[in-house]
Amino acid sequence: MDYLPYLRKDKFPHIWCEGCGDGIALKAILRAINNLGLDKDKIAMVSGIGCSSRTPGYVDFNTLHTTHGRAIAFATGLKLARPELTVLVISGDGDATAIGGNHLIHAARRNINLTVLLYNNHIYGMTGGQVSPTTPMGDFATTAPYGGMENNFDIAGLTIAAGASFVARSTVYHAKALERMIEAAIKKNGFSLVEIMSPCPTAYGKINKKGLPKDLVLNQKTQAVNLEKSKTMSAEDLRGRIITGILADREIPEYVNTYDKIMSSAQRR
Amino acid sequence: MNSRTFMMQGNIAVAEGAIDAGCRFFAGYPITPSSEIAEHLSKKLPEIGGRFIQMEDEIAAMGAVIGASLGGLKSLTATSGPGFSLKQENIGYASMTEVPVVIVNVMRGGPSTGLPTLPAQGDVMQARWGTHGDHPIITLVPASVRESYDMTVQAFNMSEKYRVPVIILLDEIIGHVYEKVTLPDPLTLELVKRKKPEMAPDDYLPYINDESMIPPMANFGDGYRYHVTGLVHDETGFPTNDTAKIEAMLTRLNTKLDKYQDEIIQVEETDTDDAKIGIVTYGSSARSSRFAQRQAREAGIPVGMLRIQTLWPFPIQAIHEFSKKLSHIIVPELNLGQIAHEVEHAVRGNAEVLRVNKITGEPINPEEIILKIKECV
Repeated sequence: MDYLPYLRKDKFPHIWCEGCGDGIALKAILRAINNLGLDKDKIAMVSGIGCSSRTPGYVDFNTLHTTHGRAIAFATGLKLARPELTVLVISGDGDATAIGGNHLIHAARRNINLTVLLYNNHIYGMTGGQVSPTTPMGDFATTAPYGGMENNFDIAGLTIAAGASFVARSTVYHAKALERMIEAAIKKNGFSLVEIMSPCPTAYGKINKKGLPKDLVLNQKTQAVNLEKSKTMSAEDLRGRIITGILADREIPEYVNTYDKIMSSAQRR
Repeated sequence: MNSRTFMMQGNIAVAEGAIDAGCRFFAGYPITPSSEIAEHLSKKLPEIGGRFIQMEDEIAAMGAVIGASLGGLKSLTATSGPGFSLKQENIGYASMTEVPVVIVNVMRGGPSTGLPTLPAQGDVMQARWGTHGDHPIITLVPASVRESYDMTVQAFNMSEKYRVPVIILLDEIIGHVYEKVTLPDPLTLELVKRKKPEMAPDDYLPYINDESMIPPMANFGDGYRYHVTGLVHDETGFPTNDTAKIEAMLTRLNTKLDKYQDEIIQVEETDTDDAKIGIVTYGSSARSSRFAQRQAREAGIPVGMLRIQTLWPFPIQAIHEFSKKLSHIIVPELNLGQIAHEVEHAVRGNAEVLRVNKITGEPINPEEIILKIKECV
């Protein structure tokens, strides 16, 4: 497919490092949008702060680069004001689950029809490699010089528990599967989240001696285990693995639809 | 009796003013003493096709109103001191990105959790400088229920016209006092809507620095696909590190209101013509002050009063002119003298500035102001 009609060509080169997964993720997003035949005027892309959150600057949609952690809050207001827009939120593990964790779980609870594309690179990349809520325990970061001491969020599990309609996880190695999941997430009428495992060779890979940038991507192939297979595996065997697939897909009342019904009855009174 | 005559509290007058101004989006979070605004709008907005949402926190509420405004809806949030602190980062975002929003802060005693049910005027400097960096802001301070309605309409008009966040500072007294008001027919109100781009989308510069200094604003979804960021941006809306562009953008942002200050800055003068002693005050303290000023006049003391209605930008010129004929200016306020400093700056030595302050959660007793007046005689 031709990506150029979706890009702001004059904004390139992008800021992402060699070996970063964010470009692969962006291409998967654009393929999903192309597959769905969405009108560019009717797409809004909202982001917070971080490497992945720079994505909206490069795409030719209505784009909103907000404050750290708050993309989902801005997107909630925009979606309520303009329900006809497809509102995509781009965020990272730090942006969406540390500073913005409250907004993530409450948007999932409301089940408002937003699609969150959450890039998990296990680190704060833009600020230089500080420990994040998803840095694996024991791994190093510039603020974890003795190795991370904290347990990690299971982002997909958290979002499912909070009430989202649709939750999936893939890696940038599995770019084709990722594209299909993003497409399904956008189509879902309800809160949807795709956790995109996107390696950071610069701020995470190097300090943790994970090899060359290409090794980080190739590692995803061996780390990934699909949902069906994972059900047959022990917790011990699943340690360090990435469970991929559509992890939740369920029918739950969508917030704007519910609001509209109540608004209609309030207006009739 | 007119069908628009009510016994009404200031908070409800704000909510009704918002509806009549065309506000169709409210996002908030419960906090005393502002919650009546949210409660009232949670019932009214669905009836008129508007959106109400109670967000998970104050930060989210501020983000949601900016998002909704970008979608084209006039948007409001309301809070009190602790929530106002939480909103500050996103207020700065609205200021930087020039997205019209109205923020109500029904002030209570501070700092911190402070005095939730008692009045104060301790957030007046925070309204000006609460968010980081140099930025434009407008702040209006009503002193009655009816004025709470009128200023809410004005706040939306100013926010739309100048693309700037407008803060309405009530205090617990004005928010909760019930007064008889007759509201105007909404059809008679002059309402302002943001200037829309008239050029083709390809020619649209979302932050153009033209003569008006206020760029036209496209709503998301209307065919103008543009970029909005809190980073310093150029006329195209995209981030820049070019010092000439940084200077041009931040200069326009920080001077755009100067051009319109005659229509933004409002004060109310009472018995100022022959005054020798002045009172400069605002909000609920103006009610105590007016009582004291009238009593002083009855006792033959030539006291005049200037009530600040637009607190920011500060009415420097009006206060300076007033001060020229005065020996003393008394500044009653429910804080430890935050605005008295600004008055001193405006007066530039023309008169001695005296303070009447209270931070105990009680209103100022007019007697305290009268005692101060007597010190000046």
